[in-house]
Amino acid sequence: MSEPLLKVQNLRIELSLRDGIAPVIDDLSFELGAGESISFVGESGCGKSMTALGIMGLLPEKVGRIASGTITFDGEELTTVTQKRLRAIRGNEISMIFQEPMTSLNPVYTVGEQIAEVLRAHQGLSKAAAWNNAIELLDAVRIPNAKRRVSDYPFQMSGGQRQRVMIAIALACEPKILIADEPTTALDVTVQAEIFDLLNELKRQTGTAIIMITHDMGAVAEMAERMIVMYAGRNAEQGPVEQIIDHPRHPYTKGLISCVPHIMATLNDERHELTEIAGIVPPLREFGKDRCLFASRCNMVSQQCLDKRPPEAIFGDSQRSACWHAEAV
Amino acid sequence: MATLQSLLMRIVYAVILLMAVLVLNFSMMHLAPGDVADTISQSMGGADQEILDQIRADYGLDQPFLVQLGSYMGKVLRFDLGYSFFYNTPVTQLILQRLPATLLLVFTAQILALFIGVILGVISARKPNGIASHFVTILALFGYSAPVFWTGILLLIGFSLNIQLFPVAGMRDVTIEGGFWVHFVDIVRHLVLPVITLGSIFLALYSRLARATMMEVLGSDYVRTAKAKGLSEREVVYKHALKNSLSPVITLAGLQFSAVISGAVLVEAVFSWPGLGTLAFQSIIARDTPTILGILFFSALVVIIGNLLTDIALRFVDPRVGGKG
Ligand SMILES: Nc1ncnc2c1ncn2[C@@H]1O[C@H](COP(=O)(O)OP(=O)(O)OP(=O)(O)O)[C@@H](O)[C@H]1O
Ligand code: SF4
Ligand SMILES: [Mg+2]
Repeated sequence: MSEPLLKVQNLRIELSLRDGIAPVIDDLSFELGAGESISFVGESGCGKSMTALGIMGLLPEKVGRIASGTITFDGEELTTVTQKRLRAIRGNEISMIFQEPMTSLNPVYTVGEQIAEVLRAHQGLSKAAAWNNAIELLDAVRIPNAKRRVSDYPFQMSGGQRQRVMIAIALACEPKILIADEPTTALDVTVQAEIFDLLNELKRQTGTAIIMITHDMGAVAEMAERMIVMYAGRNAEQGPVEQIIDHPRHPYTKGLISCVPHIMATLNDERHELTEIAGIVPPLREFGKDRCLFASRCNMVSQQCLDKRPPEAIFGDSQRSACWHAEAV
Repeated sequence: MATLQSLLMRIVYAVILLMAVLVLNFSMMHLAPGDVADTISQSMGGADQEILDQIRADYGLDQPFLVQLGSYMGKVLRFDLGYSFFYNTPVTQLILQRLPATLLLVFTAQILALFIGVILGVISARKPNGIASHFVTILALFGYSAPVFWTGILLLIGFSLNIQLFPVAGMRDVTIEGGFWVHFVDIVRHLVLPVITLGSIFLALYSRLARATMMEVLGSDYVRTAKAKGLSEREVVYKHALKNSLSPVITLAGLQFSAVISGAVLVEAVFSWPGLGTLAFQSIIARDTPTILGILFFSALVVIIGNLLTDIALRFVDPRVGGKG
């Protein structure tokens, strides 16, 4: 098998907090093939955005840093590459859309300018060519009347439209990877479906690989081929979406799935009671502890879980679960 | 066009505001004890009641309040601000003689303070523990606590008396002969210390605000987006961040136009700067009512024009001001 497009190995990202250093991402490994879709799921505060920002080299300044591990993109090691090279990759070969569509566009420039500048920066287009291209891109993300809307300012657009503009910016240079960090969380339910449809269609057209971060298990089933379930900065379980939904090998994944009745209903007929996983994600300063961080919420917990961090157990050829009792799940 | 329309509205409001200022000014002066007749009689070394009544009749001071107000406003609209008996000159002429000096002082101080303040703000926001940032903190402390006249006098002692770098007083040296540039350099030399004195207060305000807003903006989502696009550091800071951090500073600068009189009085007094501030000071002591009213009118005018300019400047940096939406 050839090398994957993106290979993250034993990634550790540390945050400097007031009361010390916490590993917000701890020993995370995964791979992404060209044109593939992978989904990150997990509750708020699990470190999904941090993983994305780590790949982009955009960790919060002076607070976050990559402590160890490697991020290899197209044979190039991103953790050691120069800032200049990183800038040439960002927005060009790897781009990102953010969780906050209302605030992610610059309020004082037209949306056209914000799309056009990325084309000028990376593709060396002239002002006029970039502007025309911006109109086409707005059209491609299905903003009606693109020719007129291109000179609108962000405040003249709705949340959904702003996120479409963000998608246009991200896809302007036809990147190899698009990281979509909860692109619909801040939007209305009806708009959410439209954005997912749009991303799916654009993916089909451009062959861009997508890293889709979400806590919507329904979206995972719809969008991705493989998924990574994260818990407290660690990989809980990863593998092919259908295989995991069919038979999760981690109590946390199982809990997440049973929160969403309809994906169960589409994949098998058994109906579960809608449950919530009781309890909360442990605070950041506990992320580094040598034990299973899910233990406080797990109904299968044993002494072993509290004493030592669980290793990954492998099921089939690619389902990996970090649980001492994965066999029994 | 929506923008033009809202700008027109601003101008209409400005005119109404100016009228209100006129009414208020006139009422206040009317209520204050003593009038022109008293002043004139004083300057004549005293007069009896008959002469006082005669003067009052001549100047319409025996008319009802509203009639006086009406004729005052009518005159003002024709830019007739009355006659100063103290200076023996029409007030309009008096003010127009002094206004350029004050405008020169205030605008130079404002623009320099804005420019330097924003640059300091940007540099110190990018390095919150750097030298520039500490300088801003000290400057702010100094600017807030040191009285203007004290700063001015210190500068005078330091750079006019001890090291004779700059002239002690006034705006120009009448003995100097030469062409435009010779006079230009002369005025600039006279301008340096007053501008530093007045500008340091502005600079303290602006640099601190610029640093705070710039720090906030640098941490904003859209700056993160700009970085995620792979733009250069320069574009991220000076294109995406800077324009967003300007609005609060411009707004604050607009408010400082009210310092045209209040701030300038002290600075002008220290440096004998021949501006409106000095004129105001002298005419208050002389109880020269028409001149005081005229100055109040002009300072209101300057403040209102200053606000209009601020408004226009804000429209340039932020499309959300005014327009549709
Ligand atoms: N700038 C920062 N400084 C300190 N801690 C931070 C910072 N940004 C994020 N964190 C912390 O890092 C942890 C992981 O955050 P992250 O944003 O990656 O979570 P997430 O999985 O994306 O959650 P969500 O679903 O809410 O977006 C959280 O506990 C968060 O509080
Ligand atoms: S390791 Fe133990 S506590 Fe952690 S998920 Fe598995 S069973 Fe639960
Ligand atoms: Mg997030």
